[in-house]
Formats: sequence, C-alpha cells, structure tokens
Amino acid sequence: MTATTSVAEDARAAPGERGGGRSRPGPWRGRLYRWDLRYSPYAFVAPFLLFFAAFGLFPLLYTGWASLHRVELTSLHHTEWAGAHHYVRLLENDFFWNALRNTFTIGVLSTVPQLLMALGLAHLLHHRLRAATFWRVALLTPYATSVAAATLVFVLLYGRDYGMVNWALGALGIGPVDWQNGTWSSQCAVASIVIWRWTGYNALIYLAAMQAVPDELYESAALDGASRRQQFRHVTVPALRPTILFTVVVSTIGATQLFGEPLLFGGAAGQKGGASHQFQTLGLYLYEQGWFNYHLGRASAVAWTMFLLLLLIAAVGGLVARRRGGDG
Amino acid sequence: MAAWSSGPYRRRAVVLVIGVVLVLAASLLGGCAQDGGNGRGGPGGGGRTTVSIGTFGVFGYKQAGLYEEYERLHPDVVIKESVIERNDVYYPQLLTHLAAGAGLADIQAMEVGNVHELAAGQAELFEDLSRAKGVRRSDWLPWKWAQATTRTGRTIGLGTDIGPIAVCYRKDLFRRAGLPTDRAAVGRLWAGDWRKYLAAGRAYRRRAPAGTVFSDSAAGLYNASIHGYAERYYTRDGRPLHGSGPAVRASWDLAMRAVRTGLTARLRQFDKSWDQAYANGRFATVACPPWMLGYIKEKSGPAGRNKWDVAAAPRPANWGGSFIGVPKAARHKAAAIDLAVWLTAPAQQARLFERQASIPSTPAAYAMPEVGRARNPYFSGAPTGEIFTAAARDIPTLVFGPWEQQIGLAFTDVGIAQVEQQGRSPRQGWEAAQREIANVVDG
Repeated sequence: MTATTSVAEDARAAPGERGGGRSRPGPWRGRLYRWDLRYSPYAFVAPFLLFFAAFGLFPLLYTGWASLHRVELTSLHHTEWAGAHHYVRLLENDFFWNALRNTFTIGVLSTVPQLLMALGLAHLLHHRLRAATFWRVALLTPYATSVAAATLVFVLLYGRDYGMVNWALGALGIGPVDWQNGTWSSQCAVASIVIWRWTGYNALIYLAAMQAVPDELYESAALDGASRRQQFRHVTVPALRPTILFTVVVSTIGATQLFGEPLLFGGAAGQKGGASHQFQTLGLYLYEQGWFNYHLGRASAVAWTMFLLLLLIAAVGGLVARRRGGDG
Repeated sequence: MAAWSSGPYRRRAVVLVIGVVLVLAASLLGGCAQDGGNGRGGPGGGGRTTVSIGTFGVFGYKQAGLYEEYERLHPDVVIKESVIERNDVYYPQLLTHLAAGAGLADIQAMEVGNVHELAAGQAELFEDLSRAKGVRRSDWLPWKWAQATTRTGRTIGLGTDIGPIAVCYRKDLFRRAGLPTDRAAVGRLWAGDWRKYLAAGRAYRRRAPAGTVFSDSAAGLYNASIHGYAERYYTRDGRPLHGSGPAVRASWDLAMRAVRTGLTARLRQFDKSWDQAYANGRFATVACPPWMLGYIKEKSGPAGRNKWDVAAAPRPANWGGSFIGVPKAARHKAAAIDLAVWLTAPAQQARLFERQASIPSTPAAYAMPEVGRARNPYFSGAPTGEIFTAAARDIPTLVFGPWEQQIGLAFTDVGIAQVEQQGRSPRQGWEAAQREIANVVDG
C-alpha cells in the first residue's frame, strides 16, 4: 500500500524536476513520457490486483455460491440449490452459537489484557533503557515463533498430570487445574497463548506511535508538575488514540479468526475444541464442518457469516473513530 | 519511477527486473523439465517411467527397501513417494484431487475408515484391481478384500496391513499387583469377554502399585470392543445403528463401567499427556493393534524395555489398516497397477512386517519366517507375529457406512470424554454423542 502510493507520488512530481534541468523532449519521447506517467502506477498495482482477484475475490465469491448450495466434499460434482437453508440451519444450531460465544469470550480474554500489557510495555520501553534494542527484539521474538511450535510448548506446560503450570500451582498449595477440560480454564489457556504471541508485536506498534509524540507536550506537562503516570494518562494515551483504535480493530479481526491455537491445544481431535466444545471457535467450527464432516456448503455459510461479522465490526470501529474525530 | 529513470538508479532497476525475470523463467523451465522427465521416454529421462505414490503417515515401503528392489527388478521404473503426515489432512486433499481429476499420484493410499466412502461414491474414479494381472483374490483375508469392494464387485484398493488387536501390558506392574505375568496366563485371564478384562482390572486395583491404574483410557477400550462386531454403526443393508445398536451399547457400557470403577488413567489417546504417561509408567495395560507397538516403544523409551509384553485380546477385533489403489486419472496406470500388485503381494507384506511390524492382510505371508518366527525384543521377546496373526484369523467382516470416523469420534472424543474427563453422567455423555452424530449426519 504505502510503497505504491509513494511511487505514484514520485511519478506525479516528476515533470517539474525533469523539465527544469533538460532540453524539451521530442514529441515521441513526450508521448511515451505521458503514458509512463499515466499508466505506470496501474502497472505497478496490477500484480496485486491480479493476485487478489485469483486468491481473494474469486474464493470469496465461490464460497458465497457454495453457501447457497448443498456441496459435499465426498461428491463434489453433485451440487444442489439449497437457498438460505444453511444460514437458517446455523441460526438453529447450538454448536454454532456455542462457537460464536467462545470466539467472543476468548477474544475478550486475549485482546484486552494483550493491549493493556502492550501499552504498559511500550511505556516502559519509551524511556531510556540500557540495551534498548535488545528489549525491542526480545519483544518481537514470540511473534516470530510459529503458532504450532508455541502452542505445543503451551500444551506441555498446561498438562493436567505432568504440566509445569500445575506443578507450580501445587507448590503454592493450589490443587491441580484440568486446563483442557474446564470451560474457563481452557479458554484462559488458549487466550494466554494468543497474549504471549501478540503482546510484543502490539507493544512495538505503540512504541513507534509514542516516539512520534512531540517532546514539547511532555516538557510542558512536566512544567505543569505532571508526574510520569499523569503524563502517560493525559499526554501519551490521547496522542495514541488512533493507534489504539487500529490495534483494537486488527486484534478483533485476529480474534474472530482464531484457529491455530485452539486447534493444536485440543490435541488429537482439536477441531472439536474439547470434549464439550468448550473452546471451539468459529474458525474451528468451520474447519470441522468442511474438512471433517465434509459439508462444504455449510462450512461456506459459516465462512460468510464470519465475513459479515467482521464487516460489522469494522463498521462499528469506523463509526467510533469518526465520532471520536468529531469530538476532538 | 522518476528517480529510477536517471543515472545509476536506472541501471540498478534494469538489473533488478532482468534478475527477477530470469529467476521466474528458470523456475518455470525447471518445472517443465521435471514434467518432461516424468513422461515415458522424455528427452534426457533415459526412457524411464516415474511412478508416484501418495501415502499418509509412514507406510514403510521405502524404509524396508521395497522401492529400491522394485527399481532393480524394473530398470525402466523410478518410484517417487510423497507422504502427508496425517490422514485427516491427506484424505480431504485426495477427495478434491479426485473431483478435479488432477494432482493425483499414480498410486493413492486409503485408510480403512474412508475406503467404504470411496467404494460407495467414487468407485468409477478408480481402476478395478480385481482384474489386474497377478492379483489373486484368495491371497487376502476375505473381510479385508470385502472392505474395498463395491456391491457390483469392483475392487478399488488392494489391502496392505491390518490392525488385529492384542493387549499390551506392563509385566513389572502386573507382578507387583499380584497378577500373573506370563503372556499365556495373562491372555487366559480375560479370554472370551472384555468384561473379564475389567474383572482383572478390579483385581489389579486391589494391590495396584502407587500412582498407577489398570488401563489408559475408556476410549481405547471402547474402540477395542466395538471393532470386534461385524455391524457397528450400520447394518449390512445400510440402516443406521448408532443410536441403539448392540455393538454400540455393549462397548459403551464397557467404557462407562471402566470409568465408574476408576480403572482408567483418564487420558486421551495420542495426546501429549498420553505420551507422558507412557514415559512415567502410569498405566498397566492398553489395547494395542500392531501399529501401536512402535508408538509405545518410542514413548516408553529405553526404560520400558522388557517391561512391556503382549497378550491376546479377549475377542478378535480389527482397528485400522490401509489400502492402495490406482485412480483412473493416474498418468502411468499400467506401471502403477504392476507396482501396487507387487507391493501388496504376500512376500512383500512379510518383508514390511519385518521392518514396520504391520501385520500382512495376506494369510500366505503368515507362514513365512519373517512373520511366523518374529519376536519383538522390546516387548520381552513376545512372538508378535504369532499373536497378531492368530488374532487376525477370526476377525469378522466389519460393515462400514458413511461418516464412519466422525461417528466413532463422537463416541470416543465427545461422549466418553465428557464422562471420563469432565465428570458428566453417562446419560449426559450419551446424549452429547447422539447430538454430535445428528449434526454430522445431517448435511
């Protein structure tokens, strides 16, 4: 995105620079030149658009088509018009509502602490620190770890009989927790994996935004006798508002699509999200319907429902942003 | 753009573009060249045919040196194997490739839980191997042959290994609990009925070594029991039985009784905690098909050597096993059929057993020394060939239906797991399993 706009701006700025230094170009060169100016940006954007059409738009539309048909993975050639059947079924389906509820609770359990901690960490890092680069790189390492590797380690940590978490709890005199089989315990465990992976990433985004806050604001706040904490509350956070909104939207989208962590946390039959589906998210439900039960039509309906949900979230986010902007 | 078009920038951009084009062109050409080599008599290929074979998990053909030998016997053939670790990833891919008629290997492996679906719905997409040269139907166990054969008599896959069930037990724990340790005596403890196995469990519990339980999981017991019935989730004429069938009822009750009397370690098979329980010697018995022996050995580690032994199961049952078939859309059908027939012939199955401990589905292999005289040194030198082939002979012809695996999972991973691990009542567990099945079956 940013790369293409800057190229396009460069192209627009070009004639001024050029015309000054050189003699007037011939008619042929001039025409070429104008074409270059007019069409090059599109040529640069074209590969993205082509890939988007092939791997973004087409699957999206095809999924929409499939969601209105009976399509079974075991007999892909035999499709049958089903109308809104799959969507109606979803509304009546306990498993779907359960997955929606779980997606919401796990989303809140992971997003809220994650962003608060990220803000705190960014605040700490914003001040002069020894080995600042080291800390910044350290923050980013969980993000660089693959979901699979991280989750498998967490599965071991959260083990009921031989896990380190229960061992530590035991040392504190608290009985062992069955992390996989409880509803809240399993959701907290899944959320903790998400938090672990994404906190540092968000902290770096906040840090970048903090460094763009003009020093004068802090100086005048300090002159007014504001403590560090007060500076954070009244200078940093308001200045970061657009960034915070951005991370909230991005994290919400991520939470809605949560898939890898609960799948691997669930072990051998992970797509079910536990014996009573206690941590089955929408992503897992979609996967289970499509690739385990072979109901591709129904899975497509879940996918489109998720898509509509995300549009809704984005619209609400946009509204909030506009309202805020209007107030400020 | 403007900045690039002058001076050194321009040159750099040109170099960059040429570089990218070259790389793309090279990779495209590379792909083509590889394709060319695959073709029969393609230039530079030396006239060799590449037969590809797609499997899930480790089939062991390569490890047992079978490909190498086949290539030696047929200098014009090169074998290329591609492996996908898990069947639940492999099978959907196979289905989409079959529907597209593209991306298929010349030979495709099929799991026993899926082969019915393929035979019922997509048989016309596979070669009928019952007519292939060198195939003698009588070589195979009749029930194994029947599993991959349609009502009209088309056979879409040749049987590879089978999964007759035995019981693996810890001799050291049995001794400390005052139970017999000799494998024949242990087998007699529960011969004929899985309920006697639970009785042995209660005897074990009375003097159980601290921190150990009798069995690993109720789901494992359920599987071992239900796979001994001919009609489990469907009748022979396709009527669903998963709500009230005698096999389901008996196996469910068995599992519930095991949970209620505290005879299981409340583990889920193939989870990390199950692995750890092996390493810690937490349970004394596990119902084991031959393919599980390698797993037990790996997870129990050197410390478990000579502590494990293998005894006959109460009733004959089959859990797992695979087939290989040749899709109609395969590139080198004739060569693929020849290879599939050779790989599943008794002599090759016997050699595979030697290397991989997978029990042949061709009884002719049982008399061969590789199988008949085989002993597993890790499992106290148990005569595994003898034990498992004896178990194989009396297995009934299992009837398979649609959603076989999903229905099984609904019982083991939802119903039983809710009772065993979440402390719900058997009634709640049963209802949860039935709801789950209703959700699967209803497209």
